[in-house]
Amino acid sequence: MNDVIIDIRNLSKSFGSNQVLHNIDFTVQASQVVVVIGPSGSGKSTFLRCMNGLETAEGGTLLACGHTVVENGRMMSETRLDALRSEVGMVFQSFNLFPHLSVLDNITMAPRALRNTPRQQANEQGMRLLEKVGLAHKADVFPGTLSGGQKQRVAIARALAMDPKVMLFDEPTSALDPELVGEVLQVMQTLAAEGMTMIIVTHEMGFAREVADLVVVMDKGAIVEAAPPAQLFTAPKETRTRSFLQSVLVREGSPVQGCEPAIGSGR
Amino acid sequence: MDLDFSPVWDGWRALASGTLITLEITAAALVLGCVLGLLIGLGRLNPKRRLIYGFCTTYLTLVRGTPLLVQLFILFFGLPHFGIQLPAYVCGIFGLGIYSAAYVSEIVRGSIQSVEKGQMEAARSLGLPYKMAMRKVVLPQAFVRMIPALGNEFIALIKNSALVSLLTIADVMHEGEKIISVSYRSLEVYLAIAFIYLVLTGTTTLILRRTEKMLRADGRV
Repeated sequence: MNDVIIDIRNLSKSFGSNQVLHNIDFTVQASQVVVVIGPSGSGKSTFLRCMNGLETAEGGTLLACGHTVVENGRMMSETRLDALRSEVGMVFQSFNLFPHLSVLDNITMAPRALRNTPRQQANEQGMRLLEKVGLAHKADVFPGTLSGGQKQRVAIARALAMDPKVMLFDEPTSALDPELVGEVLQVMQTLAAEGMTMIIVTHEMGFAREVADLVVVMDKGAIVEAAPPAQLFTAPKETRTRSFLQSVLVREGSPVQGCEPAIGSGR
Repeated sequence: MDLDFSPVWDGWRALASGTLITLEITAAALVLGCVLGLLIGLGRLNPKRRLIYGFCTTYLTLVRGTPLLVQLFILFFGLPHFGIQLPAYVCGIFGLGIYSAAYVSEIVRGSIQSVEKGQMEAARSLGLPYKMAMRKVVLPQAFVRMIPALGNEFIALIKNSALVSLLTIADVMHEGEKIISVSYRSLEVYLAIAFIYLVLTGTTTLILRRTEKMLRADGRV
């Protein structure tokens, strides 16, 4: 548990004159499941995308999987970023499956192209991953024929095909119909149970409470509070955490047990 | 008014060989236009690479902004002043190809940029370098989207190829003019030529439509 997978010091990032990340410090240990929550526009996704270099940060230091992604505001070269990215899996809100490739080819493309894995071996691994996400019977179809939940499960399998050391999830269930959310969360829960290091941006509070080791609340580009779910959901320290949880849980209409006193009291 | 198509029938060999020349020149120009157009289009994707972007944009401005006929005449009558004497046939292919490339490049750029940003991001996040992501993920999708616009461009190219008859190339237009000059049956010959072009462009449309349908099958793209 003591391997540091991601180590972030003083990270900042701006889009033009608009600073979206303010001096963030953050560490993720191996096998830790971190859930990032917060109001929209709080910089959660940008923060996540910095971790595999999809966004360039211009201040601070970011280490991921032993690679220095950002050092004192300087990004590492594109070539070295490619090496890092093959060790960091990413799952997107809008799935981004490759529509011109079959489901199996979506999964095997990267290992075959980047690691020269022979087709047969890649296919075997692909089928194992598809079984894991419960979609082995869809190997030969094209993504256009899948439901949203199935697409996202394939996207998870695709990311796993590179044997990543850490998985980043950027609102993986936000684009799904409500009845399809469960199947995706279940796959993620299995992954977490297997010891995968995961950083998840989500609005699924129930999932955060059940699966996360650490819940991070972001607001206005800064980390407001970070605590284990039991503590964060029952006794949040910060006012901004409380007001955010209140708005979310009221909207969900079913405040989860243990949460009510802290939020209901509105101290 | 009586129409007399007999000069057309009598001259069918000349028209057929002219059609063949038209096809050859158009096909060669099409390949040149596509290859060059792909490169120019890729070069205009990133304005931050100033030199490449600047070169490609200048190319587009010059070639798209001047008449094809003038470009052909510059190649054919102008280059010899610099001691470069290209055969008419080569001038025709280069002239048409260079001209077509300008239009193809915009089709290429537009189609590539119409592929969702998430596709490139997903490919890059798996560790694929930019060029590999472009080749394996973005271009195959962009290609299917190019087809309708490329179809228009190919048809324009076939029709524009009639201009090379003015460079002494014996294309179908040129052969037709020769028949007119001895038979004075201009309407009939021009109608015949129009029909031949219609068959060529119609066939192109059909082939492209089939290709697109095939590529879009199975619910992909």
